Amino acid sequence: MKIVDELLKHPGAWLKVGAPPGVMVSSRVRLARNLEGVAFPGWAGEEESERLWQDLHPILEALPGCVPPVALEMESLNRVDKEILVERHLISRDLAQKGRGSGLVFKADETVAIMVNEEDHIRLQVMSPGLSLRGLWRTIDGLDTDLERQVRYAFSPRMGYLTACPTNVGTGMRASVMLHLPGLVLMNEINPIIKGINKIGLAVRGLWGEGTDAAGNMFQISNQITLGETEDTIINRLEQIVLEIEEHEKHAKERLIQQKEISLRDHVGRACGILTHACLLNSKETLDMLSALRLGIELGLLRDWSASMIDELFLLIQPGHLQKAEGKVIGAEKRDLARARLIRARLAGKTDDG
Amino acid sequence: MMCETCGKKIATVHWTEMVNDVVRKMHLCEACAAAKGLDVNNPAAFSDVMLGLGAQKASAAKERDVACALCHMRLSDFKKTSRLGCQACYDTFAGELKPLLEAMQKGGQHVGKVPANQEVRAEAKAGLRPSLAVLRQQLEAAIAAEHYEEAAGLRDQIQQCAKKSPSARARPATEKE
Repeated sequence: MKIVDELLKHPGAWLKVGAPPGVMVSSRVRLARNLEGVAFPGWAGEEESERLWQDLHPILEALPGCVPPVALEMESLNRVDKEILVERHLISRDLAQKGRGSGLVFKADETVAIMVNEEDHIRLQVMSPGLSLRGLWRTIDGLDTDLERQVRYAFSPRMGYLTACPTNVGTGMRASVMLHLPGLVLMNEINPIIKGINKIGLAVRGLWGEGTDAAGNMFQISNQITLGETEDTIINRLEQIVLEIEEHEKHAKERLIQQKEISLRDHVGRACGILTHACLLNSKETLDMLSALRLGIELGLLRDWSASMIDELFLLIQPGHLQKAEGKVIGAEKRDLARARLIRARLAGKTDDG
Repeated sequence: MMCETCGKKIATVHWTEMVNDVVRKMHLCEACAAAKGLDVNNPAAFSDVMLGLGAQKASAAKERDVACALCHMRLSDFKKTSRLGCQACYDTFAGELKPLLEAMQKGGQHVGKVPANQEVRAEAKAGLRPSLAVLRQQLEAAIAAEHYEEAAGLRDQIQQCAKKSPSARARPATEKE
């Protein structure tokens, strides 16, 4: 679809070109909302869902915070288009599996994305690079208030916003920060930190894979509790914790340089060698190598590339984006070839693969 | 590390859950994890497992398959999907939800954002009154916005509400949604 092709011309909402390389990659806040008197999407019939999408998407497109809007019904998209939307964090894997009656309305710059008939009738999401939870909360609160003037939410004074899954009831809010933590992983200090975070009601997930196996050393930290605390309390706690983790990561990097400088340089150098010369690169290896490159940039060991350029590669080497760039559906092996070619070209300073 | 269920394959799924401050860890191979309903690629599924476990415990004593009057979802449907059918399910399955919410949430009273049209709706619906916590929050908001007339009205409502309910957290018995 042409609209999806347009997306590939830009690096995505959570990538800030030219920003100093940091531990905090991006922030995201989402709100789950349902309409009064309508069965939740998983229990509603297809016709009811279709009607809801038809009623809702013009309202969402007219939201001042969503201008200029793009509306896409899932049914109109092919597999690669859906994959691209998932990889860009505009929709969830669950929504991608849906068809008629489910859809997405997003702001063209991808900072605002609203899923219709995923698990809940409405899932509002705002995204930005770096750490900006408070700003995102203000933005999404405004969007939500504008929307609530036009629709009636399922809400109870005691339980708050009523959601299909009781893990979201109350505020319906999930706030998350994506962090790049290679120092803690290389120093073998990530597991105690994950345990500690889990104990205080926050969840840690690898962006691709779990625990120490998290490919690319990318971790997403989010709140678990949605009932019994205000949005501000939740966001303040999350912010405080990710700032602490950032400190831990900085110390881990310092120790890495003091105690393991040679193996650190070797780690970064090898990644450089492989990425600039390999002809076949699978997804997991590439993510790990890109993480090593990003680490080299963060520590000033590499000066030819920027962190935001590496972050963009994290996105472009995903299966959907690769296949879109190739212009056709290709299998895993051909993707490894295309992935290696793309990386070599980008790292050599060319913008298109050739 | 080998899978602790089959003991044959390498454990690649490491799952930690916390229920009532008790931390439980599982190290499983992908096949055994899938058999337990853990979908590694879909972290939302983790909450399903947690909900599933809780729902089983909660309903052990209660065999009756209650159905929601509004959407007709039955308790057995909810246990299958761990997703509710509609807003009224929160009342229908309140008994089943209570232990789940206690395990994963902080208290049973919403203290976050309230839709601005909520107040109007509360008046429109006979018997439905906002809880004290909600009124207090609205009062704070009204004061912050310097809407003093509204604030005075809310203050009176809070005083009335507090008189009727002995505990500060108690909610009107007729409350329903």
